[in-house]
Amino acid sequence: MIVDIKGLTKKYGSFTALDNLTLSLDEGVVFGFVGANGAGKSTTFSILSTLLSPTSGDAFINGKSVVNEPKEVRKQIGYMPDFFGVYDQLKADEYLDFYGASYGISAADRQILIPQLLELVNLTHKRYEYVDLLSRGMKQRLCLARSLIHDPKVLILDEPASGLDPRARVEMRDILKHLKSMGKTILISSHILPELAEMCDEIGVIDNGKLIAHGNVAQIQDQLQGDKRIIVKVMDEIDRARAFFEEDPFISSIEVIMERNELAFNYRGKTIDQVKLLRKAMIEDIPIYSITEEEKDLEDVFMAITKGADGK
Amino acid sequence: MMERFSNPVLSKELKLRFRAFKSFSGLMFYLAVLCIFVTGFLLIYTQFSGTAFFRPSDSFTMFAALSVIQMALVMFITPGLTAGAISSEREKQTLNILLTTTQSSTQIIIGKLLSSVAFLILMLLAGLPLYSLVFLFGGVSPSQLITIFLFYLVTLIAIGSIGIMFSTITKKTIVSMITTYGAMIFLAGITAFFFFVGITMDQMFLSSGTPAQNLTPFSPISYFWATINPGVLMVTILYPEMATSIESVVGISTPIWVGYLIFYILLTAFCLFVAIRKLRANMKTNR
Repeated sequence: MIVDIKGLTKKYGSFTALDNLTLSLDEGVVFGFVGANGAGKSTTFSILSTLLSPTSGDAFINGKSVVNEPKEVRKQIGYMPDFFGVYDQLKADEYLDFYGASYGISAADRQILIPQLLELVNLTHKRYEYVDLLSRGMKQRLCLARSLIHDPKVLILDEPASGLDPRARVEMRDILKHLKSMGKTILISSHILPELAEMCDEIGVIDNGKLIAHGNVAQIQDQLQGDKRIIVKVMDEIDRARAFFEEDPFISSIEVIMERNELAFNYRGKTIDQVKLLRKAMIEDIPIYSITEEEKDLEDVFMAITKGADGK
Repeated sequence: MMERFSNPVLSKELKLRFRAFKSFSGLMFYLAVLCIFVTGFLLIYTQFSGTAFFRPSDSFTMFAALSVIQMALVMFITPGLTAGAISSEREKQTLNILLTTTQSSTQIIIGKLLSSVAFLILMLLAGLPLYSLVFLFGGVSPSQLITIFLFYLVTLIAIGSIGIMFSTITKKTIVSMITTYGAMIFLAGITAFFFFVGITMDQMFLSSGTPAQNLTPFSPISYFWATINPGVLMVTILYPEMATSIESVVGISTPIWVGYLIFYILLTAFCLFVAIRKLRANMKTNR
């Protein structure tokens, strides 16, 4: 695995920003890190980027320890912070040239790399423009190009789409998809879960410094959304249908909508239990003609899991 | 081969500094002040005094005055150029990105220091044509000029290091500025005050003894205050007889410049060491 976080903890006095975080990621994975503001995403990324020392635990990037080999880790990562400034008096190509030199890339190689990177982030036409004249979206893309100049294995992007207009978000997303196709391992944080769901292979949800869920998007939804809300429509005999469903131990909060011959209830059983239930309903000849699962979207899931964080 | 010794921060800082209009306007303003001063000085000594000629001693006075102005430049501009070197990067949110590159902390700190020093050296060198006027009238040896410039160099590197250190350990540029100027006031003013207090107390102690005791002065503390004061060293460079006087008053014959050089080299090394250590998070601390 290329990223291996083991029991990472960060405390500021009595406040625990990160609480025993353990996480492993394979090479080429796009990992989305979701959580409310102050949940611990940026703290984790700062530690992985060797900007912050952990109180305990360690993290390994491509086998290099952030605690014991920070310089080696810096060679492996490309970091883009959530808020960053640029050197106003530098032009776009000079900006990249400076960071290329900072990574020890020779001048000759930089001259080859810079046009390629500018093309990757669609900024070729801005090569000789002063950085402070670029729009926010362009600055974000330039910063992304900067983080790629030394060809890192792992990209750590802290809220790369924050503050961008919809078009700039789409452009950023397209670039990230392209980077994914290049085999880069990408760690990307956001407080907007649906935004990550589109491009991430795995998602981790952090709340109050603890990783409360980790898996692919479907698993996360299953893990976090709790009881399903199921709506059953019957031709007639709604009272018999109600009596049938009331017997099931996984069903609660049955609601009957007489005018539509509809039953709505919460179901907390597993998928296999649901199959058994439907099979039994067929045998019992309950005149069901439609069953739908009221889907909670990722936004709802996120709102539900982060409700505790700010106490609202 | 050149790449091996190149310092990206230094190159970038020089590019940014010399691209900024304020660098040139500052340089122009400084030279204008020097020109006005030299012209005024020459007019006062030749036209208004009624003598219509310029003696070598007058030329030396002009050299001394110019040296004091340059010294003031070093003392007051260096903190302004260096005290924001790291903290301004932090305020502009460019520091974190810089710290995740593979540049060493030493490279970053030295690059920042050298770029500031380079600009100050440019200012000092830009004033050389005006300085050279004194050679037209005599009274000053080239070795004296070289000594003065070496003194500036040591001092500005030391002050620059203090600025860089405070810039690294404080979060805000304004705090770093105030602290660095505070250090300047201590080194240039408070040390002189301590020196005079020490000398006065020694004199009182000596005069209170009986003549039979034949006490010889020995005041290492006063000597120390004198050696770390840039003003005292400057006076001893311009007027070497003053060095003899101070040495006889404090009872230590080691030249003031030796102590000055040792102190400021140690101070520079200490400040740079602290700045380099504190620039990045020590990943093994807080554990």
